[in-house]
Amino acid sequence: MKKIVLSIAMATLVAACGSQEVKKDVPVADRTTPTTQPTTGQSPTTSPTAQPSITANPLTDPKSILSKRSVYFDFDSNVVNEGYQGLVQAHAKYLVDKRSLNVKIEGNCDERGSREYNLALGQRRAEAVKKVMTVLGVQDGRIETVSFGEEKPAANGHDEASWAKNRRGDIKYAGE
Amino acid sequence: MKRFLFAVLLAAAALTARAQLTIDITTSGGRQIPVAVLDFAGEAAQPQAVSTVVGADLARTGLFRLVNTVGVSPLPTEPSEVNFIDWQARASEALVIGKIEPQPDGRVEVRFRLFDVQKQSQLASFSYVVAPAQLRATAHRIADVIYERLTGEKGVFSTKITYVVKRGTRYELQVSDADGANAQAVLASNEPIISPAWSPDGSRIAYVSFDQKKPVVVVQNLAQGTTRVLANHRGNNSAPAWSPDGTRLAVTLTKDDISQIYVIPATGGEPRRMAVTPAIDTEASFSPDGQWIAFTSDRGGSPQIYRMPSEGGPAQRLTFEGTYNVRPRYSPDGKSIAFVQRESGKFRIAVMEIDSGQVTVLTDGSLDDSPSYAPNGKMILYEAQANGRGQLSAVSSDGRVRQRLVSSSGDVRDPAWGPLPTN
Repeated sequence: MKKIVLSIAMATLVAACGSQEVKKDVPVADRTTPTTQPTTGQSPTTSPTAQPSITANPLTDPKSILSKRSVYFDFDSNVVNEGYQGLVQAHAKYLVDKRSLNVKIEGNCDERGSREYNLALGQRRAEAVKKVMTVLGVQDGRIETVSFGEEKPAANGHDEASWAKNRRGDIKYAGE
Repeated sequence: MKRFLFAVLLAAAALTARAQLTIDITTSGGRQIPVAVLDFAGEAAQPQAVSTVVGADLARTGLFRLVNTVGVSPLPTEPSEVNFIDWQARASEALVIGKIEPQPDGRVEVRFRLFDVQKQSQLASFSYVVAPAQLRATAHRIADVIYERLTGEKGVFSTKITYVVKRGTRYELQVSDADGANAQAVLASNEPIISPAWSPDGSRIAYVSFDQKKPVVVVQNLAQGTTRVLANHRGNNSAPAWSPDGTRLAVTLTKDDISQIYVIPATGGEPRRMAVTPAIDTEASFSPDGQWIAFTSDRGGSPQIYRMPSEGGPAQRLTFEGTYNVRPRYSPDGKSIAFVQRESGKFRIAVMEIDSGQVTVLTDGSLDDSPSYAPNGKMILYEAQANGRGQLSAVSSDGRVRQRLVSSSGDVRDPAWGPLPTN
């Protein structure tokens, strides 16, 4: 129990540090960080906890495709549709460039069917997104896939319009 | 911050007042046994009228009809005072009488007797000495005795249920009596909680927590309030199911692959993978004799129910009708499996007799989920949708009796019926 409390406290500390750092660095460092840096050799300049600061710009700039994070799926499908290949490829390329970054892909489902099978289906959707990324050269170990099943709907309605918004994979960068 | 805290406190206060589930019988079919439950002598002076709870317990099963007891005076408290001819005239088959007497130490003695009206004979007689605060629990024990004597099956009135209540962005795991009374939150979170599963002795609940922004299997000790992470591997950790002896849990993990079933000692430790398939395997349920694990797999192209030996080995497909059969739960006698079936876009609770393969659809909702057997196998508690939110319902395993557990607010979901009390 003590160990749990300690690790929670540590996690909170780390999280706190991370967010402070982002706040401090965003106005200064952001736009000067070129995205065209060579693929290696940038990590020595930053400590691991400072990662969010160097990546903040393209990942949050609405003009960048990297700010778009959701891949939507058809009913009963875990195929990454043509329309989302570009988005996933852009993230894959970014990850290949920024070797110190890790991502989590969160799979989601609509509310129909059993919670646990949906959790497994969401996982398969997340895996499908991951597959596109690994084929493009992102190392397996840098991508964690998890699922929220039907538990985190983006839309709360009980119709196809809402369900379509809920069948998705979300790409989250470590520290976000 | 202060305002936030205040809001949380307010919400908590409101919760205890509103969370109570009340049970409505929506359908009952078949013969009902007429039973007269007389007021217990002396109960008016107590905080809880025992006879009211006993009568409500029996009526809620749909198997009994309460006979009018108006105008009986004085209340009989001894067998010699019972006018059997009168009860025969009122067409009652069984009669319950009782009395409550305060003891010098502040406790009360509750005595009850059950009679066969036709035979004019006593079927049961018990006495309990309890604190007045225990009168409701005592009434449930009395109802259990009556139910067992009159139906031959164990009563489940003294059992507990657990379920998840979602209100706004707040999730609570609640535990209440089987009749919805005494609801208490045992866990609250701003992240989802799913798949609660009782340990066979009722002392712990395993569930899936999303507090770490991903599904993690946690075991919580109810008496101590302590929690222990059972499975937090890379990827998903979910679908906990206890072995009948309580020594192991089956879980679904994605640490090595897509969703696959593993078994972990209840005390924690290394997960052992039960099968290697290129498909989703999840939603394990141990058979009551511990020999089998039923589970959902889509290895055949659509999700269907299979079983495999609980020590591992080749799996056998059990469902063949339709393209979506998931979430199996063994009945307490091990002869049937309740599950969720999709038919024409509707999700319903069905039961399959394992030996014959005969499937019966029990419910008529559109998004029914999470069936859970009562420990006597007579009722199945499940999650249904009503007016756009989750509500608990129950159906008898023969489909005749239907109940709704009505909650005035919030989404109520993912129920699990607890075991029979061990005392």
